[in-house]
Amino acid sequence: MDVFLSSLVSVAFHGIAYGMILYVISVGLSVTMGLMGFVNLAHGAFAMAGGYVLTSVISRFGLPFPLALALAFIVVAAASVLLERWFYSRLYDAGELEQVLFTIGLIFMAVAAAQVAFGMLQRPVLLPPYLKGQISVLGRDFPAYRVFLIAVSSAMIAALWFGVERTLWGAMVRAAVDNRAMAQSIGINTRRLFTLTFALGSGLAGLGGALGAEIIAIQPTYPFEHLPYFLIVVAVGGLGSLRGPFAAALLIGVSDTACKYWLPQFGAFFIYVATIFLLLWRPAGLFGRRV
Amino acid sequence: MTRAVGYGADPRIRFAEWLPWLAAVAAFFLLPDYLPLGARILTYILFALSLDLILGYAGIITLGHSAFFGLGAYVAGILAAKLGVTDPLLLLAAAAGAAGALGIATGAVILRTHGLTQLMLTLAIAAVCLEIAHKATSVTGGADGLSGVAIAPIFGAFKFDLYGKTAYLWCLALLFAGWWVTRKMIYSPFGATLCGIRENIVRMHAIGVPVYRRLLTAYAVSAMLAGLAGALLAETNQFVGLNVLGFEPSGELMVMLILGGVGRLYGAFVGPLVYLIAQDFLAKQFPEYWYFGIGLMLVLVVLFARGGILGIADAIVARARRYV
Repeated sequence: MDVFLSSLVSVAFHGIAYGMILYVISVGLSVTMGLMGFVNLAHGAFAMAGGYVLTSVISRFGLPFPLALALAFIVVAAASVLLERWFYSRLYDAGELEQVLFTIGLIFMAVAAAQVAFGMLQRPVLLPPYLKGQISVLGRDFPAYRVFLIAVSSAMIAALWFGVERTLWGAMVRAAVDNRAMAQSIGINTRRLFTLTFALGSGLAGLGGALGAEIIAIQPTYPFEHLPYFLIVVAVGGLGSLRGPFAAALLIGVSDTACKYWLPQFGAFFIYVATIFLLLWRPAGLFGRRV
Repeated sequence: MTRAVGYGADPRIRFAEWLPWLAAVAAFFLLPDYLPLGARILTYILFALSLDLILGYAGIITLGHSAFFGLGAYVAGILAAKLGVTDPLLLLAAAAGAAGALGIATGAVILRTHGLTQLMLTLAIAAVCLEIAHKATSVTGGADGLSGVAIAPIFGAFKFDLYGKTAYLWCLALLFAGWWVTRKMIYSPFGATLCGIRENIVRMHAIGVPVYRRLLTAYAVSAMLAGLAGALLAETNQFVGLNVLGFEPSGELMVMLILGGVGRLYGAFVGPLVYLIAQDFLAKQFPEYWYFGIGLMLVLVVLFARGGILGIADAIVARARRYV
């Protein structure tokens, strides 16, 4: 009984850590899709880029871990501003097919570039000593890294929710998601809003990729391999919402961990089947509005 | 946007439309060393043609078309390797039937949705198929692939030979049949409603077209053609690997079709031809640069040349006509 209980706690803990990472990575995708209606399949590439920034600055320049995390956010956000200004913005009015193709093209290029620059192998993450051990909570030991990860993600999520729900910028974003034309007509500069929001979402993806580098291994095929999970989070959670993807990410994180722990022979089978049925039941996602 | 083919155009086969077939027959005699590659190209043309029907004409964006291709390949492969069914025609029929059934079953579901949900569903369905093929190792061979696919001679007379002659002609014959069916469909009123649905679905509803049923029919036919292509691949390679399923082969197929030109029937011929020949020459020497080039090409096509190679050719011809 106690063995079962401890494995239950362990699965829940690891699942929540995984779900948090999934959320931090995917929330930007949800907002950009809801705000701009842009199907950005290359979102995973930003997360991968964040992971590579983290591992490179730590191994090459020996920067401390928290600084490397911040750098991952800043570098990816800055790069995404250029991408958005030069390329993405040209395709806002194009059809879904063009957007899908363009972003698949970006994935291919990102994968190839990562292979040339960093090789095929998984990049090891050099964790600082204070994140390596175990932390004991209520008589159980938890890996410090995952506790740190959950804490940082929670702080990020709280800041993000506060920003969107309580600030003027958040109000403008919500207005533009609800009705872009109306938002524009009352003088909101949606063009600049898009760029900023896109940068924030991509930066968060970079941060999530860096933060979760121990859980979701950083390797060149990252954007391809994990794309279904990011999309599931957004599609199941509901476009343009913040809470929906959070619930979806936790649900997927915990159930994926549980499946891999108890039923490894089925792999990700149940996740995909559950997604199919969830989307049949609620095509607009758990918390999405019907379009 | 003007289209080279479609309802309203003269449905008779023009002279130029025979040229690909002449070229294919000429290639059989002139390039005997490249017949295995040729058979592969013909198979992928059939696969691309099936995608063009739903993506180019009906406007259904799918990231999981490989589900049907892979199902066809595995049905043919498993029947031949495990159950001793070796007649090539029977295998093709079984594969097309299975893929068509999956097409109807999944199409009935995904065609009720749109946008991201639809995209996600197609991706999830392909992912489920990949997981099954990956984990059901006793039937599918799992990651090692399914080997030992033994195929009897076609009609009991033509054996699959070492040089790929039979395989090439077999693929050519089936591609011709697939092309014939697709072309008939596109030039029919049915094809016209598909284009109408792609261009303005609301108006098609308004004029009383049974949109859902039309899309489902197109989806099922497309799935059957894709299954047929998959079975062809299994028969000519006598091996089925996991790489026929999942997101990557779907994406790769889309790249081929886009490269040739979407929604113009012959884009599906040009794309796989150029892509697979280029891959044969370049991909082995420079795999990283190959993938980078593919991505760059996609981006450039989307930004500057949305009609693909045939679109560029059209533009050149149109410009030349102005000066003549």
